[in-house]
Amino acid sequence: MKVRTLISLLVLVAVLATGCARTPGADTGPIKVAILAPLSGAVPTFGESTKNGALLAIEEWNAKGGVLGRTIETIVEDSQCSADPAVNAANKVIDQDKVHYIVGEVCSGASIPISEIANPKGVVQISPTSTNPLVTVGSDGTTKPYIFRACFIDPFQGLVMAKFALQQGHKTAFLMYDQGNDYPRGLAEAFEKSFTDGGGTIVGKETYVATDTDFSAILTKVAESNADVLFLPDYYNIVNLVGPQAKERGVTSVMMGGDGWDSADLDMAAAEGGYFSNHYSPEDSRPIVQDWVKNYTAKYGATPDALATLAYDAANMLLAAIEKAGVDDPAKVKDALASLEYEAVSGKITFDQFHNPVKAAAVLQVKDGKVTFVASIAP
Amino acid sequence: MATTTAPVPRSSSIFELAIKKRWLGKAFLISIALIALWRIIIAIQANPILFLQQVVNGIQLGFVYALIALGYTMVYGIVRLINFAHGDVFMVGAFISFFGITRFQLHLWLGNVAPGLPLWVTIGVGSVSVVVLAMIVCAWLSYVIERIAYKPLRNAPRISALITAIGVSFFLEYFAALQFVFTPNFITFKRPFPVQTWMIGSNGIQTLAESQESASNGIIFSNIALIIIISSIILLLLLQYVVQKTRIGKAMRAVAYDKPTARLMGINVDGIISVTFAIGASLAGAAGMLYAIAYPSIVFGMGIIPGLKAFVAAVLGGIGSIPGALIGALIMGQAENLSAAYISSPMRDAIAFTILIIVLLVRPTGIFGEPSREKA
Repeated sequence: MKVRTLISLLVLVAVLATGCARTPGADTGPIKVAILAPLSGAVPTFGESTKNGALLAIEEWNAKGGVLGRTIETIVEDSQCSADPAVNAANKVIDQDKVHYIVGEVCSGASIPISEIANPKGVVQISPTSTNPLVTVGSDGTTKPYIFRACFIDPFQGLVMAKFALQQGHKTAFLMYDQGNDYPRGLAEAFEKSFTDGGGTIVGKETYVATDTDFSAILTKVAESNADVLFLPDYYNIVNLVGPQAKERGVTSVMMGGDGWDSADLDMAAAEGGYFSNHYSPEDSRPIVQDWVKNYTAKYGATPDALATLAYDAANMLLAAIEKAGVDDPAKVKDALASLEYEAVSGKITFDQFHNPVKAAAVLQVKDGKVTFVASIAP
Repeated sequence: MATTTAPVPRSSSIFELAIKKRWLGKAFLISIALIALWRIIIAIQANPILFLQQVVNGIQLGFVYALIALGYTMVYGIVRLINFAHGDVFMVGAFISFFGITRFQLHLWLGNVAPGLPLWVTIGVGSVSVVVLAMIVCAWLSYVIERIAYKPLRNAPRISALITAIGVSFFLEYFAALQFVFTPNFITFKRPFPVQTWMIGSNGIQTLAESQESASNGIIFSNIALIIIISSIILLLLLQYVVQKTRIGKAMRAVAYDKPTARLMGINVDGIISVTFAIGASLAGAAGMLYAIAYPSIVFGMGIIPGLKAFVAAVLGGIGSIPGALIGALIMGQAENLSAAYISSPMRDAIAFTILIIVLLVRPTGIFGEPSREKA
């Protein structure tokens, strides 16, 4: 009993001491960065990758001597990809740990509530992978000044693929998408706009519903139209259904899609010859990509996925912005971040007025049963 | 004075007549039917080859629905129960054949026993054994379901059995979704044989790869369509033989006609009902594999929509009638495919079901349905 009291007293003193040491405005002591990631809940593997990527970035900065001559201290909290735990974690790191910077969350459904806390309290938040526009933009359409993201938003991939298709010399395209889902619809609309703006023609447009399995009526029309490109921006399970049926109906169009194709369960035979966009490819030959893949593999024993890469980029950009601002003050760091131009693993990044990154996307091809890197396409 | 008041009651009687005879609803449905017909006639004139191609697509879909619809119609004919778990038995059939092919390489067993045989014999025999395995497992599953869930409710109100059927359906879906049973994810079905596509064009029949013509100048069909159509027809003939020519079939018809009397004549009514469930389920199991070959992405919820559509096909053809189920399914396949092709692809189901409503308004018992007779 006595020992326990003593320990708690000591802890109290220690807490008070550190509290005193970090008087407001002090420029010594570590800079604290919180990593909020879903380490449990529905998508723990996403959280693990995100945490690993961000931690590796911070470790590398610390090895170089930290930022502004101060070491970086990380606080990792489990935000469970869900609103309530995310709010609790955000309140804890902001009010209790007094962090000024947050990297996270993975899921838009958690990032949005965190941004509602971080933005009014003047804490800089950068989400590595949340694609919902409402993460960085409020419901009234104004940009949240303190909130950023490191990934491109969904419709951007439509733009990239349209540009890629035109570069490949394709003139006509047929669009096929699920009407009831924002993801394919957003990609298809962006593709249509960019493709026609670039001089291409949309020769047909068909929609289906998510539960459909028989696409023969639509694919017969695709074969009839002789389109150069069949743009199918849906998830891999739809690609697995459409691919074989397209080949049976004599469709010769090149299939193209977005990062929904990126899955271990994609039927390579079904998607053979198709192209899709993704955040990055470990096969990209740029030295920064190769170094990243090498370091990550050495530390964690696995090839980094898109989540780890984007978390690495997000943490790097945040720290680069602190360095650029020259002071540990979120109000200055947010301005530095907004005007930052950064050479990241997933491409050279700048932010647009809505704090969405403007950067290149990787275009991959399914060839001989493997996914291979083809090109990096800048908008 | 009298002449000015006269029109008022007359006009109201026209309204009354319109309401009584449901002119508004009928006019609406007939106009929809006419618009659909008009669109199709224009399509035929514009490009007859494309139209024929869409019909061929619809036939393939129709035959798969037919196999599922038979299970509904047989069970309904005998116990007056709409077995909503039937679509999920179909799903189990697809998964059983998936595991048979990918885990156990069952489609290649003959090659391991007798390696000298040509490949097509090995794969042909292998594929048939996978179908038979799926049929046996589904028949057994359905037998168990009938014994556990439906038999104790034989004398309960019909609605109780119906609710139980819906419960069994959900149970099968979410049980299959468990990680250690099947899987909650979409998985790719590995076809046991390669796809071969032919084209009937101006140069006769050629494989699509050989053909120099554009795909839009001929009618394309694949070995998958042929396999589905041929195996469906074989199974249908087999079923027709069992029902019409064998002792069991005779007993089934007797039980369907009058259960108490059949029992008095010494027929094991419960046994016959179980056999009916098993036969219907085995057809669903075969349909599951054929469907997975045609649309090779399978998931635990894959049986819901085809199951519902096959049910509609059975009602359309006249539930309880075996030829009716086939005709209804073929109509459903065509209605769906042609409306997807010529009217609007997201509206395909809406249009297909509108046709159902029209047919039922004209013939409430379905195309081949017999008027309901007095039952004990």
